[in-house]
Amino acid sequence: MNVKIKSRLVVFVLSVLVWCALVDVSHIQEVIVGIIVAIFVSLFAGRFLIQEKGVKNIPKRFIKAIVYLFKFIWEMIKANFHVAYIVIHPLCPINPGIVKVRTDLKKDFSLTLLANSITLTPGTLTVDINDEKSELYIHCITVPSTSVDENSKAIVGKFEGLLKEVFE
Amino acid sequence: MSEIREYIGIILIVIGLGFDFLGVLGLVRLPDVYNRLQAATKCVTFGSAGILLGVFVLQGLNSFGFKALLGIVFIFLTSPVAAHAISQAAHRARIPLSKKTVIDQYEEDKELKEGNNVSS
Amino acid sequence: MKIFRWIIGLLILGCLFYLNFFYYEAPFLLKLVNVILFCSLFVLYRVIFGPSPADRIVAVDIFGILIIGLLAILSIIYDEGFLMDIGLIWALLSFVASLAFAKILQGRSLDE
Repeated sequence: MNVKIKSRLVVFVLSVLVWCALVDVSHIQEVIVGIIVAIFVSLFAGRFLIQEKGVKNIPKRFIKAIVYLFKFIWEMIKANFHVAYIVIHPLCPINPGIVKVRTDLKKDFSLTLLANSITLTPGTLTVDINDEKSELYIHCITVPSTSVDENSKAIVGKFEGLLKEVFE
Repeated sequence: MSEIREYIGIILIVIGLGFDFLGVLGLVRLPDVYNRLQAATKCVTFGSAGILLGVFVLQGLNSFGFKALLGIVFIFLTSPVAAHAISQAAHRARIPLSKKTVIDQYEEDKELKEGNNVSS
Repeated sequence: MKIFRWIIGLLILGCLFYLNFFYYEAPFLLKLVNVILFCSLFVLYRVIFGPSPADRIVAVDIFGILIIGLLAILSIIYDEGFLMDIGLIWALLSFVASLAFAKILQGRSLDE
C-alpha cells in the first residue's frame, strides 16, 4: 500500500476517535460533523505523520517506547526538585554556561524528541543545533565539565540509547 | 470510594500549584534570561500538568476529563519548543549572559564561523 | 545582605499564606485560585520591569501556561465544560504568539 494513503487513513481514524472522546456521543449529528472534519483534516495535513515504510520489530519498539516514557517522567520529577532547591536556597547556587555535546541520531523526529527531553530534564536547556545535525548546544545551570566527550556522556547518554532502539 | 477520589484529585492540584509558585519565584529571582527560562519552563509545565491531572481524577472518564488529558499532551509538546525558540533568538540577538557564566562554547563557534566567512 | 533580603521575603510570603489559607473564609478551591492570581502578579512584575525584551517574551510565554491551570480549577468550581475549551485554545494561541515574538526578536521576517 502507498505510504501516503496509509498515513492519511491513520490520521483519519485517530481524529475521529479524539473527536468522539471530546463530544457527547449520544447525538448522531455530532458524530457526522466529526467525520466531515476528520476527512478535511486527513486531506490537508494527513501526509506528514508516517514518512517511511518497512518498519520491523514493532512490539519490541513499543515496549522500549513505554520504558522511555517512564524514564522521562522520573527524570522530570528529579528536575523539578533540583530547580526548587536552587530557587529556595538564599544564595541561588548557580554556575551557568553553554556547552557543546555530540549526538549520533540522524532522523529529524528523534532529534526533536531528544531536544525536548533534554529541555525538561535537570538543569539543561537546548539552545541550538549546528548545520550538520551532529552537535547540540546546551545551556546548563551547573556546568559539569568543559570537555565535549564527558558532557556528551553525562547529558545525552541517558536518552540516546533508548531513542536509537525505538526509532532507528 | 468517591471521597478517596476527591482527596487524590485535590492533593494533585495542590502539588501542581506548589510547583507553579516555585517556578514563578524562579522567574523573579534568577539572574539572566536563560536561567529564568529553565526554572520557569520546567516548573510551570510540571505544575500545570499536575493541575490538569487532578482535574481528570476529579471528573472521571467523560468528555471533560478527556479534554484535561489532551491539555497535558499539548503543553508537554509545545512548551519545550517555545523555550528553545526564545533562547535561540535571545542568543542571536546578543542579549548578554549573567556575570556568573563560566563558559560559552556557542559564542566561540559562531565567531569561528563568521571569521571563516569573512576570510573566504 | 542577600540573606537579610531573603528573610524579609520569606516573612512577607508567610504572612500572605496565613491570610489566604487561615484568615480568609471561602471554599477551599477558591483559595487555590487566589494562589494562581498571586503568581500572575509576579509574572506581571517581570513583564513591566524586565531589563531586556527577551525577559518580557519569557514572561508572556509562562503566563499562557499558567492560565490553563487557572481555567481548569475554575471549570471544576463552576462545573462548566466550556472553560476547559477556552484553556486549550488559549494555550495554542500563546504558543504561536511566543514563536512569532521569538522571530521578531531575531530580526527575521515572519513568513520564512
